[in-house]
Parts: sequence; C-alpha cells; structure tokens
Amino acid sequence: MSLLTSLARLRALDEGIAQPIATVRHCHLSARPMVFVPLKLSGEAAAPLAAVLGTDRDRPHLLVVTQPRNRDLRFAWAAELAGVLLPYVEGFLSDTETVERRNADPYERALDAPQLLVPNTAGIAFTRLLGRSTRFRRPDGPYPVPETVPLLGRWLTYFGERAAFPGSSLMLAATEELGRHWASGQSGLEDANLAALLGWITEGPADDAEDPLIWPPAGPATDPGFDAEVLAPAIESGSAERITEALRTQLEPTWRLMWQAVDLLAGLPEGASVAQRWEQDRGSFSGMAAQIAEGAPPQARRDGAVAAASRLARMERAQAAYEVQRAYDDPLVMAEYRLTGEAFAGEVVETDPAHAEGEGRSRKLRPLVVVKTDDPVRLAPGTALGTPQRRGQGAELVSAGDGLVTIKITKGMGRGRTPTPGAVPEVGERVCYSSLTDDFQGSATLPEAEATPWTHGGPPSAYVPTDDDAQEEWS
Amino acid sequence: MTEQAAARAIGPAAGEAGPKPAPGPEEVIRRVLADLPRHRGVVVDSPPGAGKSTLVVRAAAHIAGTGEPLMIVAQTNEQVDDLVGRLCERHPHLTVGRLSASGYVAPRRVLELPGVTVGTRVQDLGDPDIVIATADKWAWIAGRTWPWAIVDEAYQMRSDKLLRIAGLFDRALFVGDPGQLDPFSIVDGDRWSGLSWDPLQSAVSVLLRHNPDLPVHRLPVSWRLPASAAPVVSRAFYPFTGFRSGTGPGERRLELATGGMGTVHDRALEEAARSGWALLELPNRHTVRTDGEAVQAVAQLAARLLQRGAVAGSEQGERPVTADRIAVGAAHRDQVAAIRNAGLPPEITVDTANRLQGREYDVTIVLHPLSGRRDATAFHLESGRLCVLASRHRHACVVVARAGIAELLDAHPSAEPVQLGVPVKFPDGWEANQSVLDHLAAHRV
Repeated sequence: MSLLTSLARLRALDEGIAQPIATVRHCHLSARPMVFVPLKLSGEAAAPLAAVLGTDRDRPHLLVVTQPRNRDLRFAWAAELAGVLLPYVEGFLSDTETVERRNADPYERALDAPQLLVPNTAGIAFTRLLGRSTRFRRPDGPYPVPETVPLLGRWLTYFGERAAFPGSSLMLAATEELGRHWASGQSGLEDANLAALLGWITEGPADDAEDPLIWPPAGPATDPGFDAEVLAPAIESGSAERITEALRTQLEPTWRLMWQAVDLLAGLPEGASVAQRWEQDRGSFSGMAAQIAEGAPPQARRDGAVAAASRLARMERAQAAYEVQRAYDDPLVMAEYRLTGEAFAGEVVETDPAHAEGEGRSRKLRPLVVVKTDDPVRLAPGTALGTPQRRGQGAELVSAGDGLVTIKITKGMGRGRTPTPGAVPEVGERVCYSSLTDDFQGSATLPEAEATPWTHGGPPSAYVPTDDDAQEEWS
Repeated sequence: MTEQAAARAIGPAAGEAGPKPAPGPEEVIRRVLADLPRHRGVVVDSPPGAGKSTLVVRAAAHIAGTGEPLMIVAQTNEQVDDLVGRLCERHPHLTVGRLSASGYVAPRRVLELPGVTVGTRVQDLGDPDIVIATADKWAWIAGRTWPWAIVDEAYQMRSDKLLRIAGLFDRALFVGDPGQLDPFSIVDGDRWSGLSWDPLQSAVSVLLRHNPDLPVHRLPVSWRLPASAAPVVSRAFYPFTGFRSGTGPGERRLELATGGMGTVHDRALEEAARSGWALLELPNRHTVRTDGEAVQAVAQLAARLLQRGAVAGSEQGERPVTADRIAVGAAHRDQVAAIRNAGLPPEITVDTANRLQGREYDVTIVLHPLSGRRDATAFHLESGRLCVLASRHRHACVVVARAGIAELLDAHPSAEPVQLGVPVKFPDGWEANQSVLDHLAAHRV
C-alpha cells in the first residue's frame, strides 16, 4: 500500500467515511452492463446454486438449481444462464467498424462490447471455474448437454481470463473497482465485503454490513446459518418455489448493492485513457468472437510453454501501460509518484524556447524549461521524462537542485528552428513531469508452438478433442 | 556434429578420477569442460565470487579453441561489456563480436579493445570466434544457429527469455548463482505456477525440470568473500551445498589509517575492520521507506570510511579503499535515490540489490531491507535480496538497521500459499534472515 493510500485510510478512519483516492474513473463503465451475482453450493468447487443477472435493475433474472447435487439440473441451469447471457454477448457483434492494421489484413471490431459485473474477486474465480466445467462438454455422446452450454463455457472462460488482464474492463469485480477509487478505514480483507465497503463510501461504517440477516454474503459462498436453517430444509422439502424464494432473499440485497456500486462509479468522470483501453477490449472481444465463428477448439486448460510466455508478455505490457495511463489521467495517482520522487510538479519560472544543440546540419532544437517545485526530485540527469499536460512530448532532465529543475524538451515540439506554438510551456504555467513514460519496446517474437525448444520440453502433442476433456482430476 | 566428434573436438574425456567428496575448483572446472561435449546442457552453480566469470572465460576459450562458433548470452549490457573485457584480456587472439541494440553506446573500454567489433546485426560483425549479447538482444536474432552457447547469470534469466533464444544453439553451458534474486514480473503469474515451463521461473529451473538428467556442477570456493563472511553466507543461503572461502582467517585485513572520534559511525567502522561485519542499530521505530535517519547513517558511514583512509590488505597486496571500491546497497529504488541525494561522492556505487548482482567491492554498506518496516512481505523476505547485499564485499560489510527486526520476523512467519507442483525452494527467506541477523547481533554497535 502506498503512502497516500495509507494516509487516506487513516483519514477515513478518523472521519468515519471513505476518502477518494482517484479523481476520475479508471475503468470503462458500459451503458448496459450485465450484472451477475452467482451463488454456489458450499463445500463444492463449482456447483452452481443460483444466480441473479440482468442489464435492467428493475428486471433481474433469477435462476435456481433446485437440487444442486443433481448434475443434469446443474447443466440445465447452465443452459438457462446461456439463454440470458449469450443473446446479450452476441448482441454486440452486429455493429462493427473496419480497423486497418500495419502488416496485416484489416479486421472488424465491435463498436461496443459486453461488460460483466460481479460483486467480488471470488465471483470472477467462480465464473472461471464455471467456464471450465462447461466448455469441454458436448451436445452429443455420453452425458450430452444442451448445445448452448459449451459455448457459454467458452465465453465465461474468456471473461474470467480477461478479468486478469491489466486495465481490461470486460469483466469487473465491484469491490475491486470501488477500492481503486475510494479508501475505506478498514483492512483490505474487509474491503472484499461489498456491503461493508459501500457502507464506508456512502454513509460510514455500520455493523449491519457484518450481519448476514441484513446483508447476506455477496457470494459465491453463502452464509452457513442460511445453509443450515433455511436452504437445507427447503431442499429437503423438494418444493421448487420454497427454494427459489429462499435464494431470492440471499441475492436480492446484493443485486441492489451492485447497482448502487454502478451508480457510484458512474458518478465519476471517465479518465482520458479509458476509451483507449476499452478499444483494446473491443478488439479482443471481436477476436474471441471470430475464433468461435471459425470453429476453434475451446480454450486449453493450461497454457503451453509458448502460449504462457506470449500471454505474460502481453500482460506485462498492458500492466506497464495501465500504470502510466492512470498516473497521467489522474493527479491523485500522479501524487504517489511525486511522493516517491519519480515525478514533480511546479510552476515554470524560466524558458529558453529557441535553445538548440549541435551545429549546422546536426543542429537540434532542444527548448529548455526551468520548473520551480517543492517536490523531492529523485531523478538522475539524463532521465527521460513525459508530461500529462502534453502527451506525446518527450523531455530529458538536465539538472535538479534547490527546488529548481531544468529540463530540455526532446520530442514533440515541432521540426522547425523554433518550437510549435504551445509546445513549450509558458512562464507561470503549472506543469508536471514524470519518469513514467508510455514508450514500450515491442517484445521479440516467440517460436511457434510446434518449434518449442528442448529446454522447454520440446513441441507439445497436437490437441485432439475427446470426451475425456470434460473429466476433471477429482481429488 | 555427432556426440563422438564433439567429444574429440573438445578434448580428453574426463571422469577417470572417481567422485571425490569435495573436489577443488580446478577439478570442478575440468569436469565441466569434460561434460560439455557429452550432454546437451551443463549447469554450473556458483556461489558469490566463486570464479564464475573465470569459468565462463575459460570455457569460451576452450570451445573457441575447437574452431567452432560460440554465442554467449548475458543479462545486462554491463555484464556483456565486462565479459568482453575479460575475454580480450585473457585471450587476446580471439575475435569477439559484440551485438547491441541500436540505442546502445558501447563504452570506450570496449571500443578500444583489439579484436572486438560492435554491431547491431550479426552480418555486421564479420565472422568472429565468439558473438556476445544480452538475452534481450539475442531474442531478435534469427536465421542462424550456433553449435555452442554459454548462458551467464542463468538463474537471473527468466525462462521465457530462454524460450525466445533456445532455438539459436545446439548445446549450452548454463552458469549462475542460485542464491541470488529470482527473476520477477510486474504481473501476477499464479496461473502458471506448477507448470514445468512456468515463464516466471528461472531459465535453469525450467531447463532442469524438462531435462532432469543434465549434470549440475558446483564451484566450491568463493574467492571474493573473506573467511569472516563465507561461513555466514554459506550457512544462511546455501545450507545444503555450501562453499568455503579461498582465503584463510587473517589473510584479508582492513585498517583505518586515522583514529576515530568514538562516534557510533566510527565504532561501527572499527568493528567492521576488526571482524568483517558490523550492525549499526538505530532505535526501533516504524518509518517510511526512505527513513531519513537511516539514510543519514548510511551516508555518514560512507563519508567516514573515506575520511579515515581505510586500507585493504589481501593476497592481492595493499591498496587504499577508494570511493570506487565502496558500494551502498538498499532494497528499493527510492531508498537508493534518497541515499544518493544525501551527498555521497559520486564514485561510490549506490544501487538496489537487483543491480548489484554480480558486482564486487572492498567494503559494502547495506540498508537492511526490513529496517523500520511494519510488515515482512515476500519481497522483503526474499532470501536472494539479502544474499546479494551480504555477499558483495571482499573485506567488510556494515549493515544499517532499526532495532526490532527479529521481533518483526517472529510476527511474520512465511505464510505464502503452497502451490501444487512447484518444487520447494531452499533456503527459506525467513530462516535465512534470522540466520544472518543472528550473526550480526554479535557485531552490534
């Protein structure tokens, strides 16, 4: 936890209300998100019990497995879930734009993409498990399942994996996103309780949040008291209506909390880079849809050596970009870097816009700017700098000391003998420079999976789908 | 080339000397060279300062001597330049091609060497005996393979980097220090833990999991660490393999030319000169990472060490401990920046553990990773971090820490979840920290 977040938490405790730690929203929020609150049977890894989901807060769909130990009923439930989820997902596929690419064919990208909102990270993990238990099933052969179930499994797997991708907004956990924007006065573990965290943000902490009779757990695990005293007798009675009503009482409060969370996040203005990241999400979504349309096999249970390295490279790049973009979008996030000396903000006190280096043909324009700052600058001369005020501009630290920092602008000030108007900050302007920059080198190509070298076990055997795929190693 | 041809080319087959309990360093090197043609890969574990670079240079000359092309992979540009320098110094007749990224400016000490060409493409280098580059640069090379490769600092190399370059060579010698910092990532890699090709594991771990029959040799003697330090580092960080120092007690001396004024800093330096270790303990307090008092203490120790004209006496003769023979190590970059800003002479190296890996100094001053902390996270407990910081010195190491680290450790036993399929790693960071702390307690000032 950073210094500023620690301070915000202390202040939240002192004032009895959560403190903002972001000035803008750093995630995309769909105009029509699919809120999804799953419950599972306690003691089982991925036995669905019920779910409430929908895009309209006044019309939730409640889906219940009346006997969660019956696998046929579980997959019938999955088919019901697919009946709600798949039309929602596929509804985004018709409106597309054509994207030109360098060194590759143009492709079609969806103009908007689906967004799944679950209460907490356990909800994401459960979605992924549900995807795993359904995507290898088949509509024919032994133990057939409805045709939509394996397709649902592939989409759930996709959303679950995308949730682990830094900066992606295709699937979000409410507690995570709220925690990125507000600091409560409780521990990180307690923040995973949606009711408690929302309490801190809206009205201050209340003991109600811990009372399962008022705020049942937001899933996927249920309250043990409810399991023993309400659910077990209801299942024993065999009455579908009684079971459904019992589970409704557990899901309905969380459903309301989820929409409250959506409203809170919607109240924040969107960060400047959010649209860019959402564009990548849309591209990824279209890519997944294209794979399904082409009849590709379901996602592998584990990444092969090459796939793992490739995914790691993409995730690292996304993580680095996400951190830079967050800081550039939000002065409160940048403040963290100012505290650690990786960024500084201040007023321009002197400029030399026509300063140049070199002679004759190698003469290069290098405008100098002197910034007066109170921040502790811990950057070495020669460090490459960027600035949120002029994205795309590059600068270099010349010297720092006694509250004065001299920088020279090296990129993005025009090619002429004098800089483009507005490219060099004026005296008196407030500016911020940081060593966080968005220049990333692409990573080198990886071998094809068939050319996996001997150091990594050699080429893997080709994947042939079989009925055994759906088998799990139960232990 | 066939196995037999390789064996002939490389030289006499070894193995006639039966397995002895503790072979000397020469014997180990001989066995390594003999194993090269017999296996696709050979791994050499080297504790701090055990002559890893010497081994690399010898193996390189040995392979080049057969007339077969060789590629060398190191992890950073500094390591590459160091190796180029050593190769040319020991074997001036060899031609060396140094591949670099386009933005890299080779230092003059490399450019001035005869027989060295620097280029960004293999084609630009002519046809040298040895081509050397960082792993990152090698990843961009395609269209040619080498019969031999030497991978230096292989334990610091992430296995995904090895995956990118393993197609370039037929056989390889992997050399590295298993006790130093593991490679890391800024993203969570749990989804791959337990896989034999986990991209976040080191190149050697992945190599050995897929090729468990490859021979692993160990260099037994540290030439860098003095007799006062080798047992401490060996016990804490290499509990099962162990190593000894190349010099005996009293062979390394550190003398302070001028008298002290009895301050804590002076007394810490005197203790370090006398015993090879000192712990300058500050009052127990929870602090921010860039703890002002600790930073000041580190800076003053360095300044006093220079003022008091320390002289190091060793098997290499007597020489003054100048600023470039002193290093200051810390865990975090902001701590490093704060220490640099405290007004140290610029010749003194101040850096994080990550960047001090593979370097050697006469005296090191270390800001303990757990000093002033409220919690002991996996990052701060990582045994490699402390191992790097505590094993850079030839003469003495002064540790600056706030009191209360032992209590902090007791309050934070390692509680990382156990992942299925992941080989258990030794030593445990918690235990290694306790072991070092235990030793330092006897040298507290």
